[in-house]
Amino acid sequence: VEPAALFESRNGGETWELVRGLFDHSHRPRWVPGNGGLCLHTILPDPTNRERMYVALSAGGTYRTEDGGKSWRACNRGIRVEFMPEKYPEFGQCVHKVVMHPSRPDRLFLQHHWGLYRSDDAAETWKDIGNGVASDFGFAMVMHPRNPDCVYILPVESDEFRCTPEGRLRVYRTRNAGASWQALTRGLPQKGAYETILRDGMTSDSLDPLGIYFGTRSGQLYGSTDEGKTWKRILEGLPSIVCVKSATIGQPRAPRKPEANRKRTVASKRITRKRITAKTKIRRGGRK
Amino acid sequence: VSVTFHIPSVLRAYTDGRSQVEIAESPATVRDALHALWALYPGVRDRVASEEGQIRQHINVFVGNEDIRYTGGLATSVPESAVISILPAISGGQR
Repeated sequence: VEPAALFESRNGGETWELVRGLFDHSHRPRWVPGNGGLCLHTILPDPTNRERMYVALSAGGTYRTEDGGKSWRACNRGIRVEFMPEKYPEFGQCVHKVVMHPSRPDRLFLQHHWGLYRSDDAAETWKDIGNGVASDFGFAMVMHPRNPDCVYILPVESDEFRCTPEGRLRVYRTRNAGASWQALTRGLPQKGAYETILRDGMTSDSLDPLGIYFGTRSGQLYGSTDEGKTWKRILEGLPSIVCVKSATIGQPRAPRKPEANRKRTVASKRITRKRITAKTKIRRGGRK
Repeated sequence: VSVTFHIPSVLRAYTDGRSQVEIAESPATVRDALHALWALYPGVRDRVASEEGQIRQHINVFVGNEDIRYTGGLATSVPESAVISILPAISGGQR
């Protein structure tokens, strides 16, 4: 929410209460708004520890609680800021997105206002992993649901020019936890495509192979049903897309094992299944 | 040298490409220091300050590590040998 705050419900959403431990934090008077306002945008509960949770806010940074929200500590060590004279402050980082893999909750990936980072120690320290991306500025970041080494991002050029670099629409993927990144472009426009993809503008489904979907501020929805290898434009002409969510309708058919005596053409026939696209949350004239 | 200004890359077109500008005078306040900077490089002025003389919305000015927003604005005092940084705010850029 804006201004940055966290609310808690203990009765399934009937009533909500402000988390005072964060709201009354001594850092709060020094948090400053980004382009989208002073917002708390990311909430990551640790699935293995009920008392631990991470939140991220712009700007602010990443904060962690170890006592169910009573107290919060800034966890931004190693994250460089370009917009302050002190380059490695305790807090004040403009974190754009943080993702976590449920099977390895001490590992986090983070997209900063300049800079891509990974932590392997529950956000105690962060390491720069922006190796070879077109720009390490951006907002959207998606974790592969089955592979804790695989993350998707969608870089934009800079804070001054918040569009895809060089007019090329490229999703980047790492499969080695940020040691290297690969540009995924097949089916995406590579000329004159000056698109903006917002913080919540990209998502995945839970199918195998994985589906990845993203929407642009120019109202186009793109998707891949093969882990990002190839892409298709699903829809255009929508209002500015601020958030994309996926839902699987019906049961996907399980892949059949090819029988030994089956002809090759039959065995390699594409398995059909129902795919998403269902829930595209759109807001007219929305800001980031 | 009394005061050193750090100039962000986007404004270096107006400071002959210089990333640092030194002011020989001893300005008492940030306002005085900025006036000395305008005198040397007039093109910086309109990019940093509004017509009313206030710091523009998406520009931050720091004395040392302190944002002048929290220390008295343009009336913030400037110690001897201070470093004043002009930086674009994260709230700026194209929407």
